[in-house]
Order: sequence, then structure tokens, then C-alpha cells
Amino acid sequence: MDHKSLKSTRMRYRRERRFKVYCIAALVLACLFLVAFLADIVVKGYSAFWQARIRVEVNYTQEVKDLPVLSVSEEVSPLISRAWFRKIPRRLNQHPEMMGTTRTQWVLASGAVDQYLKDKPNGLKQKQKRQVDRLQDQGRTKLAFNTHFFTNGDSKLPESSGIFSAAVGTLYVMIVTMAFSLPTGVLTAIYLEEFATDNWFTRAIEVNINNLAAIPSILYGLLGLAIFINYVGIPRSSALAGGLTLGLMSLPVIIISSRAALRAVPDSIREAAFAVGASRWQVVSHHVLPMSIPGILTGSIIALAQAMGETAPLLLVGMMAFIPEAPSGFTDAATVLPAQIYTWSSAALRPYAERTAAAIIVLLAVLILLNLTAVLLRKRYERSW
Amino acid sequence: MKTTMKRLTVVLAAVTVLLALGAGNVQARDQIRIVGSSTVYPFASYVCEEFGATTKYPTPVIESTGSGGGLKLFSEGVSLGTPDISNASRQMKLSEYERCMENGVEKIHEVVFGFDGISVCENTDNPGLNLTLQELTLAVAARVPRDGKLVKNPYDYWNQINSQLPHREILIYGPPTTSGTRDALEELVMVAATKKMEGYDNRAYTSIRQDGVYVPSGENDNLIVQRLNKNRDAMGIFGYSYLDNNRGKIQPVNIEGVEPTTQSISSGKYPVARDLFFYVKLDHLDQVPGLAEYVDLFLSRKMIGDRGYLKRQGLIPMPKKMRQQQRQEWQERELVQKSDLE
Repeated sequence: MDHKSLKSTRMRYRRERRFKVYCIAALVLACLFLVAFLADIVVKGYSAFWQARIRVEVNYTQEVKDLPVLSVSEEVSPLISRAWFRKIPRRLNQHPEMMGTTRTQWVLASGAVDQYLKDKPNGLKQKQKRQVDRLQDQGRTKLAFNTHFFTNGDSKLPESSGIFSAAVGTLYVMIVTMAFSLPTGVLTAIYLEEFATDNWFTRAIEVNINNLAAIPSILYGLLGLAIFINYVGIPRSSALAGGLTLGLMSLPVIIISSRAALRAVPDSIREAAFAVGASRWQVVSHHVLPMSIPGILTGSIIALAQAMGETAPLLLVGMMAFIPEAPSGFTDAATVLPAQIYTWSSAALRPYAERTAAAIIVLLAVLILLNLTAVLLRKRYERSW
Repeated sequence: MKTTMKRLTVVLAAVTVLLALGAGNVQARDQIRIVGSSTVYPFASYVCEEFGATTKYPTPVIESTGSGGGLKLFSEGVSLGTPDISNASRQMKLSEYERCMENGVEKIHEVVFGFDGISVCENTDNPGLNLTLQELTLAVAARVPRDGKLVKNPYDYWNQINSQLPHREILIYGPPTTSGTRDALEELVMVAATKKMEGYDNRAYTSIRQDGVYVPSGENDNLIVQRLNKNRDAMGIFGYSYLDNNRGKIQPVNIEGVEPTTQSISSGKYPVARDLFFYVKLDHLDQVPGLAEYVDLFLSRKMIGDRGYLKRQGLIPMPKKMRQQQRQEWQERELVQKSDLE
């Protein structure tokens, strides 16, 4: 090799190495952001999975029914959550045998006590802090696993607030979204891919669908408000209204991914089926669709995951609301996890900050699970021709 | 794959049924629906939760839409698809009342349940101070008018704003953006003042300076008090109820010559306080279970009384007489008249 070409080869190698370094640097940067984000969330949020409790003597007397605060001694009552007190009258009605007894119970501490025990800023007065210290020395306080976080809905008392109603709401919304957008999207894709002839009309539809996949999601909220709530008359804030709105939003993604999946089925299979006299309907329903189902499902799960993390369109259909009770049907008022996260993040009281982060952890876990399913489905059923 | 197609058909049918259910269900409702002001939202949602936790009725659904947005939804008609109650941080406007009438919402009851206001406080060793809304705005605004132009706020000392004021460093600990007190500061002080000031073109201006003179402080009001005790120059902006609970530790600055007291607030003399309202659609009373009980609970002593729960959330309770009058009017289901509105 002559000198000149040797030099140019070396330069090419060098360029390649440099390029590789750039790529790795980009990857490292992306990873850093991801790790920083996750670490921040976990550090802020993990403490919300534990909640302060105080052991007290509770007197269930007749007067407690009217004034629940009287059930415990005066000095500890300011340290206990009102969420616990206000449930006493109802509990006494349900369990009349408790009346007149004195029990030692672990009860929910107020949010300020909880934050104090976690060494975070809190609104406790000096005297109350000493009181809590004393209780702690006597072993009468503990940080127990926060079951309320998973069994309660939203609350104005941070210590008793949880994600249950938002999680159930998310479930309902996702059922509606899938029930609406999966069949509609897949059927549209089948028509466009298998039946429609290639003319200006179908091409225009295709361009429009691709376009719709990219428009800001809030526009779907406006559309949902105009059609489903104002025109059809579906109740505001209901899982039905939210689900259909998110369904509209996921349609383009589902159509596009389903079409890609259908297109991946080689023509030889269609031709073979036609050759033995199958009708177009038979070709699609017996051969093409079953073969493309893994691809369709993968796309749909990704669309579902996207819809699950969405808040903007739901704001407009009234799902960003204070809803402490889990919905019991599709037309009941509901809220969803991302909306709950947003509401907590803007709440002024300090204990909501850790709950915000904890709810993000839960949402991320569910999303990872969904995306993992998509990957596994693809791996399991992937076929090559 | 016949079964796949069959399943698809079933799902499609299910969606249609759902849609039909949705449309049909508007006519029956067992949950109270509330919309309206974000200022009233923390109080109303507290009552909602208490209502759900202590009565046999389900928890009302409450949405924060702003006073105007809420009254717009409220005035759409009397069908059960419209809200039962709209919260407002101001009185209903005449135009909104007329829209209600046009759409058949003729029976409306107005409730005033308390006040919301802010106080500017300082160290008790200070000789006392009086500020106008305009002076206060010039101290906290991000940009101020100077020689006909809006410039970055140059004021570091109060006597630069008005030579009558003492030579005292401007340092204000105030509410962060997430707080309702911040809304009150922006609306009751800045909007009120800048609308009348020349340099702002009579337009509302609400940006607060970020050069360290105004220090946004978290919810921990106790911390602000500690700062005020250390630094006599500093001032703190609190919800009024906080001042009320801590008289002796801090003292209020008079605004436009008026000292904040429960009296001056309920009479409307103190300029940085406002009435809080909600409007009830009386047509829904016998159709939505629990609606009357909700209003009863809201007006009860344990909520809006002198030592009620809402006080801890920052509400300024009304004097006893006014509370009794509100309850009386509610018992009589008094209607809003056109002449009541300005």
C-alpha cells in the first residue's frame, strides 16, 4: 500500500473511533439523566411507604360518639390524625360491643408527627415535639408499612391519602380505552391494508392518520369534551368519558402499528390462500390476522402505556378532580394516577411531596411491567419468513 | 380464527352498550357535583371529604375550574348533567345571573361562608407602619414603571418608593406559587393596584420579583416568624388566620390605613380580604340525595365556626351574627335576586 492510502485509512479509523466516543458519550449522558431522575424520585418517595403510628389507650364511651377527640387522653389527641377520629362514630355503630371498653391500639399519627419522625420539616410546636420524643422513648411510636397508601383514596389529610381510587380509576379508564380503540383501530388497519385499493382517498386518510399521531394530546381533550360530554351527554369526570377520549388519542398509534404488523405478513401466504380458493375474508381472518396478532398487541400495549401516563386531555373532561372514593362503575366520577400525581405535586402541605414521589414510583412500576410484556410478547411470538 | 372475530364483535357490542349506558345515566345521580373557584377548593374539598367520611352519602365530586369557569358550567341549565354547586371567590356577576335565567336556572341560593385575606406582618419591636396597595405592589413586582417604561424593580429600601416611608431594607418572606395566599396576594394586592396605575397601562400585572427581595417561603409559617424575630427589617406575608393565632409574636402592617381585625374584614374595610361564596342550584335539592345535608354541614359550627376545621385550612371565620344569618337564609332557601348583584 502506498503512503497516501495508508494515511487515509488511518484517518478513517480515527474518525470511526471518534464517532464511537460521541455515541458512548450520548448514551452515558442519557443514562445519567435517567439515573438522576430515578434516584431523585426514589430518595424522595420511599419514605411514604412507611407511616407513623402511635400506641394509645382508647376509651369507647357514649360521649365519644359525638366528640371522638375525647376517646384518647388530652395530651396525645393533637398528635393523632383526624382521619382516624372521624371514623370512630361509624365504627361504634357497626360494632356495638366495643362500647364501654378501653383498648390499646396503634392509631394513625397526624401528618406533622409523621414528618417529624422522618426528620423532615414539619409544623409541630416545640411542646409537641418534646411530647413525641417522650412517646418515642417509651416505644409508643413506630413507622409501620403504609397500607393506607394502597387502600385509601385521595384525602385533604395527607397522612390518610392514598392511590387506591386513582388506581381503580386508571383501570376503568384503560378498559374503556382498549375496548374502544383496539377493535376500531385494528379493523381500520385491516381495511386499509387488505381491502382498500390504493387511490388518492386512502392515501389522504393515511396522511391524516400519521398526522393525528403527532398532534398535542390536549386537542383530543377538547374533542372529547365537545363530542362525548356536550353532545352524547356522558357524565363529566367519568371513566367512560376519559377512556373514550384517550381511546381517540391512541387510535392513530394502534392503526399505524397494526398496519405495520399486517404488512409484515408475507404476500406468499395470502397468495397461497387465494390459490386454494379462499375468499378475502377467509384470507384475513384465517391467516393474516392471527399471524400479525403479536405485532398488533405489542403496538397496542405501547399505546395503552402512553394513554396511561396522559393527563392533559383528562383535565378537559373533568378528571382532574378531588375524588376520595374509588369509582364503582364506568359512569362514576373517577381520577387517574397521573392526575393524582399532578394534584399532589401542587398541594401546599409538605407530606404530599413524598406521596407524589411514591405515586410516581408506583406508576413507573406499572409502566415498566406493561412495556416488559410488550417486549416479551414480541420475543415469544416473533416469526421470520 | 373464527373465535377471534367473534370476540371482536362481542367487544364492539360491549362498547355500544357502554355508550348507551353513559347517555342514559345522566338522568340519575347519587353524587353531588361541585365546580368553581380554586380559592374555595381547599375548603370545599375538606368539607366534601368530611361529608363522605361521616355520612351515609357518597363523597361529592369537586373540580377546581376557577370562579368564572364554574359559574359557566353551573348556568348551563337544570339538567342533572350540570353541577349542583358552584364555588366562587367573588359574587356572581350580573351577566352570569342573566345567563342562569336564560337557561332556566331560576332558583339559586347564595351562601357566604367566610373570608379569605392576607396580612403583612413584622417584628413587634417596630413602631408600626402603614402601606398602600400601590407601595406594597411596587415593593414586590418584578417590573415597575419608571419614566413611562416598565423596568426591572430597582427598589431596595422603602423610602425609595415613598420618601415618607422609613429608610428600611425591603425584605419580604411570602407564600410560594402553589399557595392560595399567593393567589390572594396577586389578586387582592397586585391586580387591584396595577389596574389603577399609569405605568401598567391599566392592565393587571402579577409577576413577583425574583431577585432575592421577595423570598418565597414554604408552608412553614413558624419559620418565617423566626426570621422576623431575628431581622427587624423583614416582613412576612401570611394568611390572616395565622396572624390571628400569633398576635403578640408578630404585628400587622396597616394597609391603606386599616388594621386587619375580624371586624375590619367582615365589614369590608380592610382592602386585602374578600368574601367567599358558593351557589346552590335549588332545583337539584330533591333530585340529588344529600345536597341539603352537605350545605348544612358546610354551614355548621364545626366547619366555619370560630374554632372550626376550616380555620386551620386558612379560612377567616365570619362573626357569629353573620353565620346565623347565613344559616337562617339557607333554612328559608332564599333566592338570589337581580337587585342583590351589582
